[in-house]
Amino acid sequence: MADATTESPDGSPELRFSFANRRTLVDRSLTVLAIGLAAFALFPLFSVLYMLIVRGGHLLSPSLLTELTPGAGMEGGGIGNAALGTLIVVVVASLFSLPLGILAAIYLAEYAGESQLGTIVRFAGKVLTGMPSILAGVFAYAAIVVTTKSFSAFAGGVAMAILMVPTIMLTGEQALRAVPEKMRLAALGMGASRMETTLRVVLPTALPGILTGVMLALARAMGETAPLLFTALFSDYWFDGKLGAPIASLSVLIYNFSGSPFAHLSELAWAASLVLVALVLVLNVAAQVIIRRPKEF
Amino acid sequence: MMDRSDRYLLRILFATLGTALLLLGCNKGSSGQAAPAASSAAKTETETVITLQGSGASFPAPLYSRWFREYGTKNPNVRVNYQATGSGAGIKAFTAGQTDFGASDAAMSDDEIKAAQGNVVLLPMTAGHIVLAYNLPDVKDLKLSREAYTGIFLGEITKWNDAKIAKANPGMKLPATDITPINRSDGSGTTFVFTQHLTAVSEKWKAGPGTGKSVSWPAKAAVGGAKNDGVAALIQRTPGAIGYIEFVYAATSNATTAWLENKAGKFVAPTPEGAAAALAHVELPEDLRAWVTDPAGDDAYPIATYTWVLAKKKYGDKAKSDALKALLKWCLTDGQKLSKDLHFLALPDSVTSRVIKAVDGIE
Amino acid sequence: MSKEKPHTQIAQVPTGWQTRSDVAFRIVVHVFGAAVVVLLGAIVFEVMRHAGGSMLKYRLGFFSGSVWDANRDQFGIFPEVAGTLYTSFWALLLGGFLGVTLALILSQGFLSRRGELVMKNVVELLAAIPSVVYGLWGIFVLVPLLRPIAGWLNDHWGAFPLFSTRLSGPGVLPASLVLTIMILPTITAVSREALAAVPPRLAAAAYGLGATRWEVIFRVMLPTASAGIFGALVLGLGRAFGETMALAMLAGNAQTFSWSLFSPGNTLAALLANHFPEAGEYEVNALMYAAGVLLVITLTVNILGSLIMMRATAGLRGLR
Repeated sequence: MADATTESPDGSPELRFSFANRRTLVDRSLTVLAIGLAAFALFPLFSVLYMLIVRGGHLLSPSLLTELTPGAGMEGGGIGNAALGTLIVVVVASLFSLPLGILAAIYLAEYAGESQLGTIVRFAGKVLTGMPSILAGVFAYAAIVVTTKSFSAFAGGVAMAILMVPTIMLTGEQALRAVPEKMRLAALGMGASRMETTLRVVLPTALPGILTGVMLALARAMGETAPLLFTALFSDYWFDGKLGAPIASLSVLIYNFSGSPFAHLSELAWAASLVLVALVLVLNVAAQVIIRRPKEF
Repeated sequence: MMDRSDRYLLRILFATLGTALLLLGCNKGSSGQAAPAASSAAKTETETVITLQGSGASFPAPLYSRWFREYGTKNPNVRVNYQATGSGAGIKAFTAGQTDFGASDAAMSDDEIKAAQGNVVLLPMTAGHIVLAYNLPDVKDLKLSREAYTGIFLGEITKWNDAKIAKANPGMKLPATDITPINRSDGSGTTFVFTQHLTAVSEKWKAGPGTGKSVSWPAKAAVGGAKNDGVAALIQRTPGAIGYIEFVYAATSNATTAWLENKAGKFVAPTPEGAAAALAHVELPEDLRAWVTDPAGDDAYPIATYTWVLAKKKYGDKAKSDALKALLKWCLTDGQKLSKDLHFLALPDSVTSRVIKAVDGIE
Repeated sequence: MSKEKPHTQIAQVPTGWQTRSDVAFRIVVHVFGAAVVVLLGAIVFEVMRHAGGSMLKYRLGFFSGSVWDANRDQFGIFPEVAGTLYTSFWALLLGGFLGVTLALILSQGFLSRRGELVMKNVVELLAAIPSVVYGLWGIFVLVPLLRPIAGWLNDHWGAFPLFSTRLSGPGVLPASLVLTIMILPTITAVSREALAAVPPRLAAAAYGLGATRWEVIFRVMLPTASAGIFGALVLGLGRAFGETMALAMLAGNAQTFSWSLFSPGNTLAALLANHFPEAGEYEVNALMYAAGVLLVITLTVNILGSLIMMRATAGLRGLR
């Protein structure tokens, strides 16, 4: 690389930092370009948040979360039932999607290897990520609402779980594969069974990566309307303990109110969007605090 | 990496969170008891809470949500839920027994009634009208003849200064801007009512796109917006646009709307009075399904419609049907007083008395 | 550990419990892996159940037709198929490029540890914004912003196929841009994980040889993490194919396909979202046929992608 390095007067390579060196120039310019692109990529986020805050920010207050949804033309009210409803549907969805997604990821990363079934499972996951959210809703409608003859929070949770599983599985597989082989070998060498290795060594190490997948899946699912519209419908009242009945949710509320010709309702929709974003952020941060990334070596 | 103590902490944390959530949920419920299946009546020692679930058209949703809220405050043992899913989905859910009542702008067709085994009664609850809003900053009170507005949506009239539009607006300065007709991209009862009217007044439209909840729009420059607010937003932001939206959206956003030529050849402003005049001339048949496709009368605004609630003739659950009947009667009497504020049309007494009679017939 | 096991007990023949639980776990894991396939199968079955009648009636004409008229039972999805592929292509191109750049910034030491953590959460906030809100933002902010730019491009370079029509409102460009933003968090997060998983000693070795940061990135990090980054792109593409609500509002719902970035168009998912609630029986069947087509497209693109990936990474095995 004699042509790429500059030389000091006595003929040895010049090691001091200098923009005269072409490689340094290229490196620094790329950094500037990258940061510029990143700022450009994040501009929409700030634009959207700005729009939400301007239009609905003034409604943010404790009463927003303690009041029920108002009718058209009424003042006051809040989105409390929708916020609680979203959390409940998320819990139901997680109960289905976390075990399924993580265990399937373990299957793909630890047990499948290059096998045929493994390839099929992986492809199934990839096809499922491409499924439109409305199809998840339609399927859950056909499978659960039609058979139980009722719209329900349970069906909503299942529809949401269908959306979450592929992301959790595929990201989880990647996280598990990223665990260095030497850790597995060390555990096996100490006499641990395959199961013990996976559950006590590989899984905890991969947990931050799996968590990323879970959070991504969760964030997306919480913001989707179509799956809940055909399954959980909506409710203007607080959750009364019946998972077999319709339930309110933030995404359906936003869908209902954002198009409303009544200003107060559309403002509630914007405020609800802010609450949803804040909710995801809180969940995200809380999960990251609980599961700290281990140090690399 | 998590060690044993961290794991215990985690488990305790999640267990507490889960229990707290569950307790919170149960406490907030008005009667707070354990969860039976999807049936509507839950008994406590003191009272019975009845839940009525409805879904369907989005056009009357604002009015219904207000009605049910007000009714619920006065009658805390009845919880009524309504979700706008679209007229078609509402009919499907009602027919399949997944909801207690439905709502539709397009009533029900004979096929749909047959699918419900005839166990359905159609009840007009309120009415409204559809207006043509446009975006031409300096043009107010534009008058559109039948030829003009059908021509625009057929794609035959493409510029605002076309002779056919200018004919009805002498002295008005119309710009040479391109016309962008905005229609609904999603299937909708609003489209159904609008296209039904176009079919009634234009042979070309009848032979062409026809009537439907969603049709093939022939204009080359046509763009689709999602739901009424999507169309309204597009009209507002697209110079030279014109589209059809429900009156309540125009009223609350101060959109500029056009005067339309009616059957009598007169130009009528798109006001609630014009729409009421249109409905006044309509005779409701026995099954209460009446279409106002081209109303007669000098002050009749040409595009108006009833909207129906679908209820079963026989419920088999006396508590539920009694509660529903009481609710519907309230909506048809006290509820009508709220209509005007929310930009819907109060039904005339001659109509409400007939509907109440039909409600009484529900078992 | 609370108790020290005596040396003799660590290395021993597996206990009965160990053997049984190991086998049980193995079975459980296989079952759950298969369950994912069963889930897909159930969904495909449900789709086919409704699509069957429609498939027999319209067969391949479905793919070349451009009319969607429920009244006349005329259904064709050519504009939607083309629109789905076209918008997703642009979204993947832009989103992939920006996403990987962001992932690099988040993992290659450009920022402090705390800065990286904050930025990571900021990017994941993009995923938290509801789909409907993106659609509304597109209509209220993006389209008015793009209109003058689109007008200028159309006026001056209208001959170029990409700029050949005027932007009247929703269309390919706003839809693709919003789609880009929506798949960005997925691509960034997963790429970042892939980059973070590269053993630090590889980068350290390169730095030790005198490489600049970007030389390390292009010659060491990206090639090593390429499998993971490719996985991120696949997830992003899948998401782009399936995005429903935002595109229902921004694609324009026009039964036409044009290479112009400014023309309205439609996608399969948006078609489903717009027509399903009000659809009668025949239209539902046609919509399910369209849904089936979307699933097949996703599968085909994934198979192609995997083939490409196998070729590309043939030399990188055994790096660990």
